[in-house]
Amino acid sequence: MVKVFDCPKSLTDMPTHYCPGCTHGIIHRLIAEVIDELGIADKTVGVAPVGCAVLAYNYFVCDMQEAAHGRAPAVATGIKRVVPDGVVFTYQGDGDLASIGCAEIVHAAARGELITTVFVNNGIYGMTGGQMAPTTLPGDKTSTSPYGRDTKKQGFPIRVSEMLATLDGPAYIARVSVHNVANIVKAKRAIKKAFEYQIAGKGFTLVEVLSTCPTNWGLTPKESLEKVQRDMMPYFPLGDYKDIEAGEKK
Amino acid sequence: MKQRVLMKGNEAIAEAAIRAGCRFFFGYPITPQNELPEYMSRRLPEVGGTFVQAESEVSAINMVYGAAGAGARVMTSSSSPGISLKQEGISYMAGAQLPAVIVNIVRGGPGLGSIQPGQGDYFQSVKGGGHGDYRLVVLAPANLQEAVDLVTEAFDIADLYRNPVLILGDGLLGQMMEPVEFRQSTPRELPAKDWATTGLRNHNGHKNVINSLVLHAIDLEAHNIHLQEKYALIKVAEQKAELLHCDDAELVVVAYGSTARIVKTAIAQLRDQGHRVGLLRPISLWPFPEDAFAKVMPVAKNFLCVEMSAGQMVEDVKLVVNGARPVHFYGRMGGIVPTPNEIATQVLQIMGVK
Repeated sequence: MVKVFDCPKSLTDMPTHYCPGCTHGIIHRLIAEVIDELGIADKTVGVAPVGCAVLAYNYFVCDMQEAAHGRAPAVATGIKRVVPDGVVFTYQGDGDLASIGCAEIVHAAARGELITTVFVNNGIYGMTGGQMAPTTLPGDKTSTSPYGRDTKKQGFPIRVSEMLATLDGPAYIARVSVHNVANIVKAKRAIKKAFEYQIAGKGFTLVEVLSTCPTNWGLTPKESLEKVQRDMMPYFPLGDYKDIEAGEKK
Repeated sequence: MKQRVLMKGNEAIAEAAIRAGCRFFFGYPITPQNELPEYMSRRLPEVGGTFVQAESEVSAINMVYGAAGAGARVMTSSSSPGISLKQEGISYMAGAQLPAVIVNIVRGGPGLGSIQPGQGDYFQSVKGGGHGDYRLVVLAPANLQEAVDLVTEAFDIADLYRNPVLILGDGLLGQMMEPVEFRQSTPRELPAKDWATTGLRNHNGHKNVINSLVLHAIDLEAHNIHLQEKYALIKVAEQKAELLHCDDAELVVVAYGSTARIVKTAIAQLRDQGHRVGLLRPISLWPFPEDAFAKVMPVAKNFLCVEMSAGQMVEDVKLVVNGARPVHFYGRMGGIVPTPNEIATQVLQIMGVK
């Protein structure tokens, strides 16, 4: 019999702490598969965020650093400058990256820092219990926008990929989703390209992954996946926003 | 043959770091320390090093965290308001046990304050600054030769104990010029950085993690106990102080950094007039040089602590003296540097001399 699926070697053989139906597990697996396929586990250093993925350092079989909230791109900069022949990635959520860490991600991108950021956007602060994030959709209820996000009072979501794609430092910026198999395959392709660009020294790379939070959205896992497609994708369109090998957006 | 060069304080500190093997510097502009990152931006590329001007002090200290975690000798510098911003990263580095050297060229505060010299950051430096139970080794030079010597040693201390070390200067030291000679520190046996995150390839496939998160209370307490045991070792081994004319001193002036230079002038005047006055100059502010106090206690009748602050170190002096002798205080604030005459007047008042 042909083995068609296996646990990636770069993923620790242990249960994660993620909630049922959360897509962090899928995204972790995709990164680990890419690390395996590129054969770079022995020279990769990952940086974990503050947020739901704070324990990500337990889940990857490579060297890891745990950063302060939002500071992962700065920490990754320090690592990469010391280990220029290594592969350095950050794994960050939307509160971490698009709110408290906005300066760090913008300037790491502007410097063309040779790192890869996997930006998991589920439009909510998951770890702290479902507060409004910079990427929370207008009208969406959270524990700090109990009447729904009112753009007159709470402003608008930030489209990180579009914003960073205006900079000259990034080599590759893409938004993908993991709400179904076809998109999971595309997401992996994007993450792999980002790592390959980093290894080739082309510039800063970021893959934004639309993700779910069944627990804090108050939805079932299935409803959550439907929400990604129905509500998130119109506001956060998928696609390559920057690819220096292919020119500007699609 | 001794080779002495005339250098500005900020530049001398930078050169000393490079000679100590520092090859990574992450900084952000703020007066009065700008010559330090400027010097690094020019010199580090010449020695194969890396200079990055970060987008903020917050980012700079987190770049230091990353670089230190990858095993490099790394430095950042700033001045008071910028050091406040770095406190988050400093706490994380203390928690993750990362060695690095941080320079604070102190200015007057609070808030934006001034750009003149001050010593109002003592509490922040030795009592925490960031959150949690941690200590920095805090070294306070009083002249540029001592500054370069302490910077050299600071990297060794940081590596030996896996702990951040703070060089506490001030605007006066940063901006003044003096001849300095760059020399080696006393060799110490330093442990290998087998914990550094440089990839599994470099440590036989064993996974290294740099981290300050310890979710279970029992584990976090154990981690804290380990840190406290380390600090206890440092407290015994790393106290530094200068004693001047203390053998017969009835009044001992306690002062550090630039202020101690001025106190020395005042003491020279007072000694010429026949007054038995001495200086106890803490060089390590943490660990506080308690042993030096034990030496002067038998003769000293009074202590006078002089600072460019409202009175911060004086609290530690009182803790050490513990009520056994009167502890007096004289301070100037907001960037005002006390004169030798002001200090001499205070001394004579305490000694009851008209």
